[in-house]
Amino acid sequence: MARLWICLMLLCGALPAQAQEEVVAGLSQNSVALTVNFVGSDILIFGGVRRDGAIPDGPLDVIVTVEGPPQAATIWRKARRAGIWMNTESQDVRAAPSFYAVASTAPLADILSPEADLDYRISTRLAIFEARSGGDVTDPAAFTEALIRIRQNEGLYQEGQSAVALERDTLFTTRITLPKNIVEGSYAARIFLLRDGAVVDEHETFIEVRKAVLERWLYTLAYDQPALYGLLSLFVAVVFGWGASAVFRLMRS
Amino acid sequence: MQIYLPIAETSVNAFTLLGVGGGVGVLSGMFGVGGGFLITPLLFFIGVPPPVAVATGVNQVVASSISGVLAHLKRKTVDLPMGWVLLAGGLIGSIIGIWFFNLMSRLGQIDLIVQLSYVIFLGIIGAMMFNESLRAMLRTRSGTAPRRKRHTHLWVHNLPWKMKFRASGLYISVVPPLLVGVGVGILAAIMGVGGGFILVPAMIYLLGMPTKVVIGTSLFQVTFVAAFTTMMHAITNQTVDVMLAVFLIIGGVIGAQIGTRLGLKLGAEQLRILLALLVLAVCGKIAFDLLWPPAELYSISVAEGA
Repeated sequence: MARLWICLMLLCGALPAQAQEEVVAGLSQNSVALTVNFVGSDILIFGGVRRDGAIPDGPLDVIVTVEGPPQAATIWRKARRAGIWMNTESQDVRAAPSFYAVASTAPLADILSPEADLDYRISTRLAIFEARSGGDVTDPAAFTEALIRIRQNEGLYQEGQSAVALERDTLFTTRITLPKNIVEGSYAARIFLLRDGAVVDEHETFIEVRKAVLERWLYTLAYDQPALYGLLSLFVAVVFGWGASAVFRLMRS
Repeated sequence: MQIYLPIAETSVNAFTLLGVGGGVGVLSGMFGVGGGFLITPLLFFIGVPPPVAVATGVNQVVASSISGVLAHLKRKTVDLPMGWVLLAGGLIGSIIGIWFFNLMSRLGQIDLIVQLSYVIFLGIIGAMMFNESLRAMLRTRSGTAPRRKRHTHLWVHNLPWKMKFRASGLYISVVPPLLVGVGVGILAAIMGVGGGFILVPAMIYLLGMPTKVVIGTSLFQVTFVAAFTTMMHAITNQTVDVMLAVFLIIGGVIGAQIGTRLGLKLGAEQLRILLALLVLAVCGKIAFDLLWPPAELYSISVAEGA
């Protein structure tokens, strides 16, 4: 780790100075494989602030977001009908990130102005795009809040759970936990540099989450060649079902 | 050890899966039941999405019945013409069931439909088994053998399109077996079960088939209907998880071998009452979940293939 810091320091110093403050960042890994025994993964996001001249006055803050591939979704609400709890109302969401984590040097409300949040869509609430119309519910906001609550409980949405450590207003590091139930795709990691609630600089990089070879193959086959996949499932069932009993018959005789 | 399921897109504990497959396998070996009606609800309880549980459950049925049907075919204890008629009905039923399943998925009600069907059917089977085994225990105590009329003609047998079923010694209309097949096919598609628990009593009491061909013929129908339903779910929903199926099947075949031996030693007839209680307990748990106010009123369904 120490060597990493030195490298970054050198990098920051050696590069020709341009604007006042710029962010440079790296990831501990830029690909994650969803293997058979995948239980989740920690990604270390680190970087530094490159600047010419002295450090400007005032507090410097860093926000890191990691966003999984967006999906369209329907949120259902249950109500009691004839004594049974069933889905009765629904609200569509045009796009909601399948995973969303926000880490920051201080609580978002203290360091991010509402205008900057709207511009860059940093807080979880703004990362979700609600359907513009078509809903017949009176309280669509409750549905979006439920989406956030459910995904927070599943570890898929994280806000304020991990902190960004900032050293000497120059070097920062944070750790984002990808849980076991993430979907595959390109995960965008965004790093924001803030002064007085405004974004000074932004850096974006990607983490590729891919199913491992066998899982990838099975998934692709299931969606691209469903008939072939069905036959494969039947073949597996027949081989194991018939084969196992044949083995046991042999063992007995 | 956690394993990642590529279709369900989540990780579950491999030993839990082997345990579910193995436990149900032991029961099916002991009591000669398919066990699909226990596997699917147990998968709900460990967090597998109901559509994946149903489609994978029906794939598992193929594995648990294939060696049985081969053995019965070899012993010639399958009434093939009857099997084909039941199968034709089963395929029609499966298509109807899949259509209904997909319609309900779109309307966001499939979880409810699956759970309701389980409450109804597990309730009926559990109560019937409990009643049956209680009477069997009383009979063995009083020492009188059960008596059953060998052959009864019901009005349903006199419908048109009569056909000769030589192995069963029947000359009856094809309408009742066709309808029985349709009903079982619908259950297979919606509940992810083989449907033997409905098919066997229907063949004995409704069609009046002799017991020596009932098991083989029902396995013949169940295997092919389950295979067809697996294909339908794989093609229309992409919900068959082959990784999940492998663990259930491995647990199941080993469990069934243990169960068969245990059944011989322990006197399965006396234990049947425990199976009835287990079925009623699973039924009660699902009913409770439907009736008790849920902790989370909201649920998310993601548009697939996005």
